[in-house]
Formats: sequence, C-alpha cells, structure tokens
Amino acid sequence: MKSRISPAVLRGSALALAAALALTACGGGGGNDAGGAAPEEVSAEDVQAALEEGGDLTVWAWEPTLEKVVEDFEAEHPNVNIDLVNAGTGNDQYTALQNAIAAGSGVPDVAQIEYYALPQFALAESVKDLTGYGAGDLSDTFSPGPWSSVQAGEGIYGLPMDSGPMALFYNTEVFEKYGVEVPTTWDEYVEAARALHAADPNVYIANDTGDAGFATSLIWQAGGKPYTVDGTDVKVDFSDEGTTKYAETWQQLLDEDLLAPISSWSDEWYQGLGSGTIATLATGAWMPGNFTSGVPASAGKWRAAPLPQWEEGGTASAENGGSSLTIPAASEQGALAYAFLDYANVGDGVQTRIDGGAFPATSAALESEEFLNSEFEYFGGQKANEIFAESAQNVPEGWSYLPFQVYANSVFNDTAGQAYVSDTPLKDGLKAWQDASIKYGTEQGFTVSE
Amino acid sequence: MSVAVEPTRAQKPKPAYVRMRSTRRGVDNPKRSVLLTVLTGVVLIYSLIPLVWLFINSSKTQADLFTSFGLWFSGDFALFTNIGDTLAYDDGIFGRWFLNTVLYVVVGAGGATFLAVLGGYALAKFAFPGKKAVFAVVIGAVAVPGTALAVPTFLMFSEMGLTNTPWSVIIPSLISPFGLYLMWTFASEAIPTELLESARMDGAGEFRTFFQICLPLLGPGIVTVLLFTMVATWNNYFLPLIMLKDPAWYPLTLGLNAWNAQASTAGGEAIFNLVITGSLLTILPLIAAFLLLQRYWQSGLSAGAVKE
Repeated sequence: MKSRISPAVLRGSALALAAALALTACGGGGGNDAGGAAPEEVSAEDVQAALEEGGDLTVWAWEPTLEKVVEDFEAEHPNVNIDLVNAGTGNDQYTALQNAIAAGSGVPDVAQIEYYALPQFALAESVKDLTGYGAGDLSDTFSPGPWSSVQAGEGIYGLPMDSGPMALFYNTEVFEKYGVEVPTTWDEYVEAARALHAADPNVYIANDTGDAGFATSLIWQAGGKPYTVDGTDVKVDFSDEGTTKYAETWQQLLDEDLLAPISSWSDEWYQGLGSGTIATLATGAWMPGNFTSGVPASAGKWRAAPLPQWEEGGTASAENGGSSLTIPAASEQGALAYAFLDYANVGDGVQTRIDGGAFPATSAALESEEFLNSEFEYFGGQKANEIFAESAQNVPEGWSYLPFQVYANSVFNDTAGQAYVSDTPLKDGLKAWQDASIKYGTEQGFTVSE
Repeated sequence: MSVAVEPTRAQKPKPAYVRMRSTRRGVDNPKRSVLLTVLTGVVLIYSLIPLVWLFINSSKTQADLFTSFGLWFSGDFALFTNIGDTLAYDDGIFGRWFLNTVLYVVVGAGGATFLAVLGGYALAKFAFPGKKAVFAVVIGAVAVPGTALAVPTFLMFSEMGLTNTPWSVIIPSLISPFGLYLMWTFASEAIPTELLESARMDGAGEFRTFFQICLPLLGPGIVTVLLFTMVATWNNYFLPLIMLKDPAWYPLTLGLNAWNAQASTAGGEAIFNLVITGSLLTILPLIAAFLLLQRYWQSGLSAGAVKE
C-alpha cells in the first residue's frame, strides 16, 4: 500500500506541528526568541566540541551507500554512535516523519529528504535552517542545481547529498537493428519514436504513464517556470512558453500511442528495459546502479547520451530526483548532526558514496579526473560521467518546486494523467493539475494565484 | 445459530438431514454436476496459480526472471541458491524478521485468542449488568477496521514511548473483537447450561469449571479464532509500518516490502529473486498451520449451523 498523506491528516499534522514547534522553541537554547525567526547560530567550534563530546545520532535515510559512510564516521569519531534507520523510501518516510513530528517524539536527528519535497518541510520549519551553522559558505562547493534545491527563501535547509542531472539512456542494439539515429532533439525523438514503433509494434521509444517528476523535469529543461514561490505567496501557471513546448511535443507521442503504457519501476518496466521493447530512458544520472542490478542481462547494450534538446544545438538539461540530508527542527543534537552532514556530503563521505555507485552533488567530485575517466562496464566501457557532469553544469537556474509538491505530485495522475488514458489534451490536463494544486494550496493557507 | 437447549425438541419433526439421508442421492453420494465441477475447477486453478507462480519464479535467477515465461521453469533451477541468498542477505536479517513475526504471532495472536476465549465464555454464560452495552460495543468494534485505528494508536503509543518497540505491534494485536464475537456465539452453542449447573452442583469452582469442563468443549472454536488471529497477525502490514522504524523489529511483511522498494530506489540493488523466494518462505508456515488445523477449522466454522 502506498501511503499518501490525506489532506485531513496533513492539516492535523500541521496543527500538531505548530504546537510541537512552540514547545521545542521553549526548550531550545541559543537565545532564540519564541518566534524562532532567526536561525540558530552554531559555530565551527561548537560542532567540533560536539564531535569530541560525542553522543547518539539517529539518521533516517534509505540511501544504501550511507551505511559505509556511517561506519567510517564512527571509526573516525569513536564517541559518536549512529543509528542508521531505513524508515521507508520517499513518501513512506515523509509520512513517518510527519507523524513523528506531530507526535513530538521519535523524531530523528538527520533525515534524508528529496529536493522536490524539501520546500514542504522547510516552509513549515520542521527542518532546521543551516545558515547559522555556516552552510552559507558552501555555495561554491555544490553544483548549481542541487544547491538551489536546498534553499528556500533566505534559508538553507539541507546539504545536497546526490543529484540527478538528466541524460538519455538508450539501447544501442534496438537503434542499430532498425537503423534509427539516436535523437539529439525532442523533435528527432518523436521521429525516432515513430520509426521504431513502425518497424516493430512491440517496440516503444519509452515508457510513460504519467510521472509528475519526469514532466516537471522536462518543463524545467524547456525553460518553463510553472511554480513561483515567495514565502507563502505561490504562483502556479502551466501556460508559459517552456511548458507549452513540452506539452505540444508530448501530445504527439500520446496521440500516436508511441509511449509504452508501463509504469516506471514496475516489473514490466524492468522486463522492457531488458528485452528491448523500451528503447530509451531519459532520467537522472543515478540510474546506472539500477541498470546494473535490475537489468543485468542487458549489460553492454545500453549507452548514455546527452538529454535531447528543445532547441537544436542547445545544451540545457534538468535535474531529476536527488536528495539532501536535513536536520529536523526537533533534534536536540544540531551541532553533532551537522558534523555528520558535513562529513557525508562535503567531506570524505562523498568519495565513499561515489565508490558505492552514487552520483555526487559537489563540484569538486564532478570535476575530478578520476570521476570523469571512470569507465562503465555496463555501458560497454563508456565514460558516461563526462556526459552526466556536463549535464550537471547546464541545469537552468531559477526553478522551484511548490511548498506542497508531495501532494501536488500525488494528484498528477488524476489530472494531467488523464491525457494518458483518455482524449483529454495534455494541455488541459496540466490546467486541471494547476487548478488542483491551487485549490489545495489555498486550503493550506497559502496565497495562491495563477 | 439460535437454540442450544430446547425442552420441546422431542415433539418436533425430524431434523432435515435425516430425511435427506433416506433418498439414495443424499449428502453422502450427491449427483455429479458438470457445471459445479467446472466452476470448482476454475476456482481451484484461480487460487492455485499465484502459488504455482510463486514456486516457479523462486527457482529463477534475477536475470532469468525478466527474460522467461512466468508460468514455467527456465534457466538454472536456482531455488536452493535463492533460499541460501535470502537467508544470508544483509547479514541474515530475514531470519531475524522471521523470528519477529513468530514472536508477534505467538504473543499477539495467542494472547488475542486467550482473551477472546475468556471474554466470549463470560459473555455467553454469565448474566451481568451492562451485558447489552458490551454487546453493542463489540459489534461496533467488529465494524471498525484496524487500519482506521492505526494512526490514533500511533499518536497514543508515541506519547507513552512505546513506538518502535515490539509492544507497539503486540498490544494492538491482542484485541480481536471478531474473535470475541465468534467465541461468544460458539460458547453459547457448545456448552450446555445444564452442564455448568451440574458442575457447580458438584462443587467445582468457576475456574475449575472453565479450565476442565468448558475448555475441551470449546476446542474447535478456539482453533478457529486462533487461525483467524494468526493469519491476521502474520499478514499484518499497516500497523507495524506505522509503529516500527527499526528494521531489526520488522515482521516479514515489512521486511519484504523494504527489499522490494530497493528496486525503485536510486542506487538501490534490485533483488526481485530474493523478494519472491522470501515470500515463498513466508507463506510456508501459514500453509502448514492450515493443513494441521484444518479439521478443527471446518468444524468450528459450521458450529451451530445445523440444529441438533
């Protein structure tokens, strides 16, 4: 059962959350006034002192490479004991986190939160603003996409852990067999989709049953800015130029039934990736690990290429997925938790995680020779990181997600998704998604406009 | 399920089953119906296919799973490697989850059955003020799904500091309104009030009457309730999902789901073969319990269905 947070539960949590925050504000030191507006000030010395003193940290994360990072961190700081807990992936964990925050107990000291979900926790101040911890000095440390993703308003609410600059993964065998060129623009992509499907009706260029994260990423790449967020003033508008470009192109694929009706991450999806019936996959650079373990039979057949462009000769890319490590506001171990964040996302932990197959978010790692030169056996020895790193540098700035994106994404299939299963044009579907998002945002107390 | 003791029984017409027996094609030798046989066959296949699928696919490697036909064997017969890998993966956490599930079932379902037997017997055989109110509450409770109570229970347990401990799963499992209701009806049918009266007359205390005279009579009902609560606890998913965060206390349902979720996690290792083999191992104890307790289960379900 996928647990989606119902509006009522969210509202309940928000109330309880407000109460919980009021309580912890009294308990928190550091000269905060009850309003809690100014971020906590924690100096590097405080962090160092906390490390020496040691203590217990609870970390909620599903990222598999963190296990080794925690091990190394504990070896380096014997006084610190970290309990790494996989409290569910994505939504499951957010529900658990909201529950714990609402209940006021069992809140972890560090929590993994995806970029698209972070604004929701940031705006409710359920995670600490790390500006006072010195996170503001890290602006050059991280690549632009992830760095802008952890900021909301004036605050920095997490440290980027990984990133998902997009690329096009494609099955060379399929393209060679039917003599189709690998597309470099989305128009060519539509052409390739037609050619492949005409050559073999079982073959589709891609699978897509409506995926909010994917749609928003493509709009992002096309230069669209459907979401504008300024504190609690929110604007949702799916009629700008970038969004229109995306909707028109995708409409062609939908009209001609050129997309396999298979949901990502399903069994059929893994099967299609393996059998060649799904010929390409445009997604984040974290995908190679999943290819290797999930589709072992196709090793050597797949390659990576830059994401197709909206304008010929363009270089724009987008982020898809990726997550940060945050410190929930209720944690009383801020300094120690920050020491761990710093180690995992800025310090030695970065390399440990790259070695484990993760895609980094720091500029240094993305530019290192070792990283760029590593050859992917799965991709027939291709130096795929060169493509991914290039993509990371070309993510358009100024994108933001809604402070209630988790909810918005959960209703994507009921609204925009109608374009996939009925005659509703994608444009109208997006308008319906816009209306649903505005309605919910208004109910939650945001000032939402079109 | 109405009348247990009826003084005018002798004057009543003969029970229906006696008449049925007088015709040659009775209960013992019913006429074969092609339609019924076919229908039953379809239902049988429908129920067995998932199990067959599970068994066949737990014999495949991760690579073979996606390249072969789902309902037949293919490639190497990897069942034993898969079982070995399942038990060894992540330092043998599967074994831990198995023991956790057994703990929740033995203490939770066992406790729930014990409480249901005690309560059902008391409600059936003792008159006390407020009995009707209790009846109303129990009937009402049967209608409320446990899922609806999970979140409020979480908030309450969180306040008490019980979340993330085995107690948070065991305590809610101890309550089984349906089990209580079943024991109540069963006890009022299975234990003749006269028997209790004679036991009391002979000087047996209430506890002795219950444990030595009534408990044996309640056997089939107890097994039925036990099976119900066992299945419910063994398959319990939502409650532990909300209560438990520490994988060391996960039951099998949550653990398998966590393994399955790995395949949809960036950088996660897809281990579908282990998820499938783990599922097969998970249902084996339930199948065994059903086969062993089947007789009682049947007689328990039909208790009170026929007038005697």
